[in-house]
Amino acid sequence: MHNFAYIRPTTLRDAAAQLGKEHGKVMLLAGGTDLLGEMKDDLRVPEKLVAIRQLRELQGIRPGRGGLRIGAATLLSDIAESAPVREQAPLLAMAAETVGTPQIRNMATIGGNLCQRPRCWYYRNNYPCFKHGGSVCYSVTGENEYHAILEGGPSYIVHPSDTAPALVALGATVRISTGGRERGVPIEKFFVGPRQDPARENILQPNEILTEIEVPSAPAGSKAVYVKEMVREVWDFALCSVAAMVTTSGGIVGDARIVLGGVAPFPYRALKAEAVLKGRRLDEAAAAAAGAAAVDGARPLSKNAYKVPLTQAVVTRALLSLA
Amino acid sequence: MADEDRDHSDLSVTRRAFLKGGALATGALSSTLIPTPADAQLPVATESDPRRSVVEMTVNGVAYRKEVPNRTTLLQFLREHLTLTGAKMGCDRAQCGACTVVVNGRNVYSCTTLAVEATGAEVLTIEGLAKGDALHPIQQAFIQHSGFQCGFCTSGQIMTTKAFLDRVPRPTEDEARRAMSGNLCRCAAYKRILESVMTASRLMQA
Ligand SMILES: Cc1cc2nc3c(=O)[nH]c(=O)nc-3n(C[C@H](O)[C@H](O)[C@H](O)COP(=O)(O)OP(=O)(O)OC[C@H]3O[C@@H](n4cnc5c(N)ncnc54)[C@H](O)[C@@H]3O)c2cc1C
Ligand code: SF4
Ligand code: FES
Ligand code: FES
Repeated sequence: MHNFAYIRPTTLRDAAAQLGKEHGKVMLLAGGTDLLGEMKDDLRVPEKLVAIRQLRELQGIRPGRGGLRIGAATLLSDIAESAPVREQAPLLAMAAETVGTPQIRNMATIGGNLCQRPRCWYYRNNYPCFKHGGSVCYSVTGENEYHAILEGGPSYIVHPSDTAPALVALGATVRISTGGRERGVPIEKFFVGPRQDPARENILQPNEILTEIEVPSAPAGSKAVYVKEMVREVWDFALCSVAAMVTTSGGIVGDARIVLGGVAPFPYRALKAEAVLKGRRLDEAAAAAAGAAAVDGARPLSKNAYKVPLTQAVVTRALLSLA
Repeated sequence: MADEDRDHSDLSVTRRAFLKGGALATGALSSTLIPTPADAQLPVATESDPRRSVVEMTVNGVAYRKEVPNRTTLLQFLREHLTLTGAKMGCDRAQCGACTVVVNGRNVYSCTTLAVEATGAEVLTIEGLAKGDALHPIQQAFIQHSGFQCGFCTSGQIMTTKAFLDRVPRPTEDEARRAMSGNLCRCAAYKRILESVMTASRLMQA
């Protein structure tokens, strides 16, 4: 790892003042579970790290307007175990609990989890692909068993975050600070697909800080579940995952939010599956129809066709568990 | 180690003292320093070089203050600067758990924590568990069950067990299994590791 200047500001204002407009020169360091690995592999060679993991203004879980406000530097283990989160947004607690290992969750922040870079092995091995500013994606003709089946191209990464699908299903808003000004962005608009820009995964500019996530309380009458399928039972990224939240009244589905992880370059809202459920009773037939609708339009690569029936089954199973 | 990573302050002193059988705490400011909360203390950039910092932390109850290059990981700091070699380097990528230590009560991967980030923290390593010749109950349990084969992963397994049992003193087997999931064992001594954790929980109640 190349050496770098390090500063640990005590206020958000001081942290913001450190940042510049150039990509990769001055970088924010949160838990470091992603960034330090990238630096060890020379994927990034920042001149300066601005440490925000312990920044007081970015810590903690507080009650907010109609829900919770979670500081971007809050640890995933604190979120998974938080009583208010388990009560008001259990979907997020469930998703946070599946991230990596206990140690990762003790180190990683939720802001870092949303901003982490993809796990594509070509990217991680420094192949000059789209993510490194090149103009080719090696996965298309190469080893693509863990790549995207939906919304892929020109890059076929899958978004690695487990908290992202949960937060999209919950309709969260992220707060972003630029200089001294803050703005709120619906989390669905935070993520950037490869057709918009294949080199990045979100809208953040180098001088911007993700400060807070506003999570509305799950609606009355709603039930939610996060189901994650991995190569092994724990420790790994998702082959596919689903964050599902279904609101019923009188046995009939009024609203459904179904968001997939591990299958697309951003958390993928399965709108067709949501539509299938609305106005119906959530039974086996409805769950199966929604499972099929969730993968409608899937275009697998040469080695990841298995993800299509897998995702379909995981969605069906998740919905049935809510019936 | 590249030259800039060499400890220009006192590693040689520490190593000499170590070879003479002296205390590992040679580099300590004072063993009675009261530990400060994590965010109350900041690392100080070295005036001559912004890429080096003076870090201060308490390791196994002993306060240390040393100047290091910012890229020094906590694992390197413990092993190379404090000669506390109990924590091991396996993957150096937050994947295996051999480097696990307890920072402010939580088990973390020291290979993926910067030493500067641990400034102000209280760190516990495998060297800090025994009281003189009396092994910690977790260490006793691992010996009783042979919770290891080659032993390379063991200090990490034990430090995870420590952080876990301090929070959940009477876990179910399933809870223990999940708690240990961030520590891989190449020898696959998993069954005995789990038995060790469950026995350690009982020994710690006694
Ligand atoms: C072995 C292993 C297994 C894993 N398994 C999973 C898994 O199953 N599921 C999953 O979701 N993740 C998994 N991860 C990834 C892990 O969750 C992420 O690395 C972590 O969440 C990143 O958070 P961090 O605080 O450590 O971020 P850092 O590594 O510090 O930062 C990551 C990136 O985000 C930027 N950043 C951080 N905070 C902010 C902010 N507030 N504003 C703007 N930019 C910011 C940084 O500049 C950097 O580019 C795994 C990682 C490892 C090593
Ligand atoms: S999937 Fe994306 S990261 Fe992987 S090789 Fe293709 S462009 Fe690069
Ligand atoms: S050496 Fe740190 S996790 Fe493997
Ligand atoms: S005992 Fe050999 S790696 Fe675990």
